[in-house]
Amino acid sequence: MIAAVVTDQEGTDGRTPVELETRRLEAYFGAHRALHGISLAARKNELLALIGPSGCGKSTFIRCLNRLHEETPGATTRGEVLLEGEPIYGKGVDPVQIRRRIGMVFQRPNPFPTLSIYENVASGLMLAGTRRRSLLDPVVEKSLRQAALWDEVKDQLDRPGTRLSGGQQQRLCIARALAVNPPVLLMDEPTSALDPVSTARIEELLVELKRSVTVVMVTHNMQQAARVSDQTAFFLMGEMVESGATDQLFTNPRDSRTEQYITGRFG
Amino acid sequence: MMERQIDSDIRELKELILTMGGCVEKAIEEATQALILREPKRFALVFEQEAKINELHIRVDDTCVRIIAKQGPLAADLRWVIASIKINTDLERMGDQAVNIAHNGARYLTEPPLKPLIDLPRMAQQVREMVRGCLDAFVRKDLALAEQVISKDDVVDGYKNEIFDELRNYMIKDPLSVERALNLILIARNLERLGDHSTNIAEDVIYALTGRDIRHGHVSLDQIHAELHSHTQGKKVTP
Repeated sequence: MIAAVVTDQEGTDGRTPVELETRRLEAYFGAHRALHGISLAARKNELLALIGPSGCGKSTFIRCLNRLHEETPGATTRGEVLLEGEPIYGKGVDPVQIRRRIGMVFQRPNPFPTLSIYENVASGLMLAGTRRRSLLDPVVEKSLRQAALWDEVKDQLDRPGTRLSGGQQQRLCIARALAVNPPVLLMDEPTSALDPVSTARIEELLVELKRSVTVVMVTHNMQQAARVSDQTAFFLMGEMVESGATDQLFTNPRDSRTEQYITGRFG
Repeated sequence: MMERQIDSDIRELKELILTMGGCVEKAIEEATQALILREPKRFALVFEQEAKINELHIRVDDTCVRIIAKQGPLAADLRWVIASIKINTDLERMGDQAVNIAHNGARYLTEPPLKPLIDLPRMAQQVREMVRGCLDAFVRKDLALAEQVISKDDVVDGYKNEIFDELRNYMIKDPLSVERALNLILIARNLERLGDHSTNIAEDVIYALTGRDIRHGHVSLDQIHAELHSHTQGKKVTP
């Protein structure tokens, strides 16, 4: 299954081409190996869900995908991560540039507390040197619209981002990530701190977002993974046990450990 | 390991289906024995069973809806609930077929026997074995037994064809036999439908066990065996 995904770069199986791919990816914290040679591919405009019990390595995996893992002291990686076929761990590749192309949204909404809604969304572009409002305005509006937040905040763009509700703050963070127009968006349990209504809105948003970005999402919520993802990978103790089409994995998983996990027999 | 709530819910569901299956078996037995032994009073017992079956039909559906709404079943749990919904429908229709046999049989018994019943009791026995087999396969999660049930359907269809041919000859030779022959043909048709419903249930059991849909030749049993073999060689042991 994985071999087919890995080798089919051009999408000759009728699916979209591979956008982001790992090959035998290993992650270490000092001498401790947290990931054991993961080969997995996320297709363009698809949502790949990563599931597994706490400590299985899924968050470590996602943090390797935009080189956040190496920010932890003593943390290292081996193997390859390819974005549109180019190695992101290659010599001379700037991790900051990679993170502009592979955005990330975290479990808890983390808008910049001193910045307004507008500045939060524009922050990525402003850091890159864009200051002119005539350039920033359309990007801010487009990003907020993409994050399904524009209608709720268009009259209060100068208010602090932290004044918004939890669900709105998370959508603000999504808008902030989208503003730099990344081809890939990583999400680490983006709704685990939200109420059911906000969660439903984010899930609707995810389905819309897939049209323009490739999404890799960690979730503890099986039903959420089943609802919104196209592909699902199950991680256990640093290994990827099984990956495949979400429809298949949630109705007829191939591996008995996947079956046991998704039916709540452990984890 | 601690039992999950969904385990006890699915156990309750299976018990309901098993009770319903017991009523269906009883209804078929009473309907066919009343005919074969010419004891029309026994037909009343069929209607009693049908009332119970109808009540259980509603309860099984309610239980399935509750499990889906509250437990959000996935993987094998989901497949068992979906299979149960379909099996429930088949069992209810089997109850209806037993009632049809009772009606047709009661009409047949108002007149003297057309002929000694030879193939019909054999056909009824095959059907009852199919019904018992599919219910046992459901309870025991027995793939081989489900396959046996499916293989018996051809035997039942063969009996139906023989009975049709034989009774057609009676009707051609003697117009006075038409009424009675037609009643027996209808009964053979009812039994054949019971075999079809048993086959459906066996197919649903195979789906619940393997996740593969063998209806309409979508996947062959040989393919399923090959997959199960490769899974066993790999990691997945319990279907």
